[in-house]
Amino acid sequence: MPLRLVKFALSPEHSEPPMFRPPDRLKSSYDAVIIGAGGHGLAAAYYLARDHGIRDVAVLERSYLGGGNTGRNTTIIRSNYLTPEGVKFYDESVRTWQDLSQDFDLNLFYANRGHFTLAHTDASVRTMRWRAEVNKHYGIDSELVSPDQVQQACPQLDLSCGGKAPIQAALYHAPGSIARHDAVAWGYGRGADQRGVEIHQQTEVTGITVKSGRVTAVQTTKGQIETPRVLCAVAGFTPRLLAMVGLRSPLVIHPLQAMVSEPMKPWLNPIVVSGSLHVYVSQTARGELVMGASLDPYELHSTRSTLEFVEGLAARMLELFPFLSQAKVVRQWGGMADMTPDFAPIMGKTPIQGFYLDAGWGTWGFKATPVCGKTMAYTVANDQNHKLITEFSLERFTNYALLGEKGAASVGH
Amino acid sequence: MKLMTCPLNGTRPISEFAYGGELRQEPAVTVSDQSWAEYLFYRNGAPGIKQEWWCHTPSNTWFIAERDTARDAVLRTFLFESEVQE
Ligand SMILES: Cc1cc2nc3c(=O)[nH]c(=O)nc-3n(C[C@H](O)[C@H](O)[C@H](O)COP(=O)(O)OP(=O)(O)OC[C@H]3O[C@@H](n4cnc5c(N)ncnc54)[C@H](O)[C@@H]3O)c2cc1C
Repeated sequence: MPLRLVKFALSPEHSEPPMFRPPDRLKSSYDAVIIGAGGHGLAAAYYLARDHGIRDVAVLERSYLGGGNTGRNTTIIRSNYLTPEGVKFYDESVRTWQDLSQDFDLNLFYANRGHFTLAHTDASVRTMRWRAEVNKHYGIDSELVSPDQVQQACPQLDLSCGGKAPIQAALYHAPGSIARHDAVAWGYGRGADQRGVEIHQQTEVTGITVKSGRVTAVQTTKGQIETPRVLCAVAGFTPRLLAMVGLRSPLVIHPLQAMVSEPMKPWLNPIVVSGSLHVYVSQTARGELVMGASLDPYELHSTRSTLEFVEGLAARMLELFPFLSQAKVVRQWGGMADMTPDFAPIMGKTPIQGFYLDAGWGTWGFKATPVCGKTMAYTVANDQNHKLITEFSLERFTNYALLGEKGAASVGH
Repeated sequence: MKLMTCPLNGTRPISEFAYGGELRQEPAVTVSDQSWAEYLFYRNGAPGIKQEWWCHTPSNTWFIAERDTARDAVLRTFLFESEVQE
């Protein structure tokens, strides 16, 4: 790699080979169609081609690759969830992340930083302790730590939070990491493309044909495609796609916003989350602070961002880090989070034969990108739910088998 | 959306209001478990013009807003008692 870099620097032409083939015309049929070129759709395409030999696949994207929630998220990766189903699933994902850069031959800037979830009340100390025990039971590195330990890892933090909400303890999760989100989409996209998958950007699915309970075709802005298998991985657009096949779900769309500061010298190594203050923050390799809060309070199908969000989050950031009062916010944006009532995803087969769903990832699905790709590729290839996702089926709602991941997922991402 | 009109208190900043979800018809308690689950968990998630519960929190006034959830535009607001057609 360094030699390539030197050559590149000395060469008069600074051209990198394109990441993907220029798109050909859509064919009239494919073995499988994946709707949505976010991380989840592209990862599924990659593993379908690499592990299951299904290469006649089209990934359809209404806008540009990685332009959905994948390119808008705050990239926190962790596995210290609350339910056994969740913990096992995210743990598998975290393990896949660790060698993904090698696998792609692309630097994902995967940075293992450690992750603190601050507890400001007795109730949250109790939840943290519970989480730590569930995590440890499944062999996950997770422990309750004292305010002193938090201070040691992060000397700039005001433990009293301006006297309003003193920190009583924290849940510490050493494997907590961040990664470069665009590169994840590019890596999976390039890998899928190299194995024969076609990625069609600017191609919106406008209809799906279902005949006697089976998927037979999809209509797009660039023509009709016959296919027996459709994987729908469209995050905030899921209810619209479900309406095309006549399925109902519990999903409700709420905007989730984020913002970044100007770059500064590295001072914040760990990822810091406060559920009570609705803040989470990390510092990227470029020095920017990436900050997020909780969901916007009401349903909205839009990626607009608001001044109220920046004001509110900036004020709460200052309770944690008063020395940042002169720091400037340079960008803000929003994504559309597809929320389920139990804060767990909806994955797998559906009542429609050949129509597979990977949705309900709300505010926390970036970390699950690799494991979703693997398990959905398996599910599509074998027409059978992968064993790690059976609890996440759409039917759990009619069977009253909800999962209760809220305590660990609501703000922590 | 920055302002909302409470049918009793007039137009106020949106920060004074809380969202209460889409207006839905509760089924009779005798319906099947399946239909009850539909009512409890399933939602009309696609964008469109919806009737929703909102509360003006300083006065604790619950009312209905007709809102386009794609554009975030409120079309009208009214008291549930006054005109919800069941
Ligand atoms: C502000 C924010 C912060 C977040 N922070 C975190 C975090 O810290 N950690 C974490 O794990 N998760 C986080 N998430 C959640 C995470 O981003 C998502 O769960 C995840 O990226 C979803 O990936 P995806 O590939 O399923 O969806 P997306 O990346 O949204 O991809 C779906 C794609 O489908 C396309 N599409 C939609 N409709 C159609 C159609 N009709 N035809 C063709 N294409 C279509 C869209 O254009 C889009 O590109 C955050 C989300 C947001 C918004």
